[in-house]
Amino acid sequence: MTRYILRRLLWAVVLLVLVSALTFVVFDVMPAADPAVLRAGRNATPETIAAIRHDLGLDQPITVQFWQYLKGVFLHFDFGYSYTSNTSVREQILSHLPATLSLTAGAACVWLLFGLPIGIVSALRPGSLRDRVLMGGALVLMSAPPYFLALAALYLVSDDLGKVPLLPGADSYTGLTASPGQWFASLVLPWLVLGAGFVAIYARLLRGSLRETMATDYVRTARAKGLSERRVLVRHGLRSAITPLVTMLGLDIGVLLGGAVLVERVFDIPGIGRLGYEAITHGDYPTIQGTVLFAAMFVIVANAIVDIAYALLDPRVVYE
Amino acid sequence: MTVAADQPLLAVENLCVGFATDDGLVSAVDGVSFSVAEGRTLGLVGESGSGKSVTSLTTMGLLRSARARVSGSVRFAGRELLALDERERRTLRGSEMAMIFQDPLSALHPFYRVGWQIVEAMRAHREISSSAARAHAIELLGLVGIPDPGRRIDAYPHELSGGQRQRAMIAMALVNEPRLLIADEPTTALDVTVQAQILELLRRLQRELGMAMLFITHDLDVVAEMAHDVAVMYAGRIVEQAPTDVLFADPQHPYTGGLLSSIPRLDTPRGDALAPIAGRAPNLASPPGGCRFHPRCPHAQPEHALVEPVLEPLSDEPRHRVACLLAPDVRRRIAAQAHPRALAAPRQARDAEPALLEVRDLVKEYPGRGGLLRRRAPHRAVDGVSFTVARGETLGLVGETGCGKTTVARMIAGLLAPTSGEVRFEGVDVAACRGRRLKALRRELQVVFQDPQGSLNDRKTVGAIVAEPFVIHGLLPERRARRRRVAELIEHVGLDPSLLGRRPADLSGGQRQRVGIARALALEPKLIIADEPVSALDVSVQAQILNLLRDLQRDLGLTLVFISHDLAVVRHMSDRVVVMQAGKAVEIADADELYANPAHAYTRSLLASVPGAPRHAGTEVTDAVDR
Repeated sequence: MTRYILRRLLWAVVLLVLVSALTFVVFDVMPAADPAVLRAGRNATPETIAAIRHDLGLDQPITVQFWQYLKGVFLHFDFGYSYTSNTSVREQILSHLPATLSLTAGAACVWLLFGLPIGIVSALRPGSLRDRVLMGGALVLMSAPPYFLALAALYLVSDDLGKVPLLPGADSYTGLTASPGQWFASLVLPWLVLGAGFVAIYARLLRGSLRETMATDYVRTARAKGLSERRVLVRHGLRSAITPLVTMLGLDIGVLLGGAVLVERVFDIPGIGRLGYEAITHGDYPTIQGTVLFAAMFVIVANAIVDIAYALLDPRVVYE
Repeated sequence: MTVAADQPLLAVENLCVGFATDDGLVSAVDGVSFSVAEGRTLGLVGESGSGKSVTSLTTMGLLRSARARVSGSVRFAGRELLALDERERRTLRGSEMAMIFQDPLSALHPFYRVGWQIVEAMRAHREISSSAARAHAIELLGLVGIPDPGRRIDAYPHELSGGQRQRAMIAMALVNEPRLLIADEPTTALDVTVQAQILELLRRLQRELGMAMLFITHDLDVVAEMAHDVAVMYAGRIVEQAPTDVLFADPQHPYTGGLLSSIPRLDTPRGDALAPIAGRAPNLASPPGGCRFHPRCPHAQPEHALVEPVLEPLSDEPRHRVACLLAPDVRRRIAAQAHPRALAAPRQARDAEPALLEVRDLVKEYPGRGGLLRRRAPHRAVDGVSFTVARGETLGLVGETGCGKTTVARMIAGLLAPTSGEVRFEGVDVAACRGRRLKALRRELQVVFQDPQGSLNDRKTVGAIVAEPFVIHGLLPERRARRRRVAELIEHVGLDPSLLGRRPADLSGGQRQRVGIARALALEPKLIIADEPVSALDVSVQAQILNLLRDLQRDLGLTLVFISHDLAVVRHMSDRVVVMQAGKAVEIADADELYANPAHAYTRSLLASVPGAPRHAGTEVTDAVDR
């Protein structure tokens, strides 16, 4: 088991290096414009550009550049400096991370809190009116794009331009440490909006998975033992049905931590997604590269965690 | 039925179970009555879809379909079960009445340790501390013959062998000392030696605990070994019911007789064709009127389609009851004539010619799954197997799960490269063939697979499936000629050409296997490798397919490598037999010789494990540890 985990983590590191290499190729080897020119600003003399090129190490061979870059990323978490603000990309990412973390964690709570019970209720009476209403609703939520839900939510209930002013709207994000109450209130709408689509996906997934397990031979055995229906459902049915959801959950959270671009943008939450969006609009390569690499890192780490969790959940997984 | 003078423990009266479907009400069980007394075993026999499992699930209260309509009476120890609410039924389930199932791998929860699952069954019905429950579970595992129970109790189901899993399942069922045990095909998924051990275990436990047993199976030989009384079900009804010895000595219903003569047996003369039951079981959404068996009954009269037969006792043997419209003397006459018909053509002489297939020192190793530093020793799936197959001969390859017989087959077919050794087909090394030569070889050498469901592409029509070999090999490019040939092939395997437009999902298991055979025959191969071609089929269908293979072999001069775990089927089909154990060929002999005088100890124990088999001197069915 320990060996399995070690191997899985080793793979994660290898993947990270590969992804770094890929971003290096995309942003440093074949950039759309010369970084030194971009950096130097308008009316720069060739000497300035050459000096900047030397400063950035761009006059070195590619292999040396790559090695410097890897050292920077892995040893110092150093992604270079933003072209636009001239602050370190690392600091930018770290300062934007809490907002994204808050958004993701809350949304995950929302979608599990609603998605799982809906899935269970639907699975137990498939084809019933209740099932059809819930699954129909899920389909609508799944089909609605998050920016549409976000705008609709702002239009309906935000305290600045909503029809029924209930909750803080866009650009109201406050840090958790600054004011926990405001932090919570400002995130309620984003949580619901971001969670909505996932509620639907998770409810449908659990419904399918649970229906399958409730029809298995081992659930029939559990009933043959004379267990209460509740115990049959929870200990025997759900225990198996939940496993594929754990996989999904890990990956979804991994992806969202890389930035929920649309929701962060609409609600103007200063998270990784908005950082990346702004970097793209300004052609700020180091920041784009940093956020991309950062997002990839989250997905890879989430993947590793999911694999390890899966091995812990299902004893049939061979730890080899 | 023989029951004690007092009340039977379980009495089922006029049980009807229907399912509301889009095609109307499907009556899966239609007026079934039987009873079981304490210490007795009733065998419920029938093919798939006969209603035997629905009967047992209804008795256990495990039928949970909202579309099920149940009527009649199920009395257990004097209480009417169908009148109880779910909570009351639950207190009976797992305590007073318990059940074991066909496939212990899927019937045990994969995520929990075996001991945990047994303890859970215990604590569902009584207050017991977890340490006492665990101690009792260890004791029970020992009782059902699991070695080192103190350690195995913490094993997950997938870490146990098939036999051990079924033993654990039995321990779980017996944990509260039930008065009734329902065993639903408990040994169907097991190898024959393990089956013998499990059957012996069940008999011993029944003697010790005095419980009643309802034993459900499709296997008449198993029922003959296990049951005091037998009820034969067909299309939701009991068609014949009698004490076991009476039924086997004097089967009255044509269906029972048909079942008996469908099965190849170790003690009937080899070379005789089996007498299968024609047709297939009816669709229960619209069962045939009158006697439900009449469309398949060779002796049916026109009025049998109109009159419903009643289960009536025979005048001279009131314990023997039959639901048949034929007159008793007619039935007796039919039974007396029911000798299996002899095969017309003699076997082809085969000694003079060189062998068609030669297998020499065949070895297949799989690398050990390695860790970071050290690799485990490789696993030898096939370990030095050699044999030859003459033209026109049928060579049987027999052995239990995991003995390497399928691996041998795949290497012969060139689907798998041997680690060492060689396979020569007409003198050509199969493993050395590449590209065009391999393709040419594949024309000569075809495989029929076990699972006709999985090996036919569900998206293609039957016609397209059978035509595919022609397309692949670029033969019969002219469409009309190809279609004509496909229709011929389909008729050749006994199917109606109207099925050509259907898809595999619309066919029965037997029909699908016929399609698989037609596809294998399309290129007129010299050798057919049949890998467990009938083990997924009901016995009456199995007999049809076996006869088909033999007829084809006779008519087309095919050479056949026939692989099966079923000793009687192999004996029925083969001229010579190779017995495999743990990757090695432990005995190769002429079929008659092998079954009359098995030389190897393993062959002897295999033969002795077959239910109803004559025991060879000095051979015991070992209730030994299975690993």
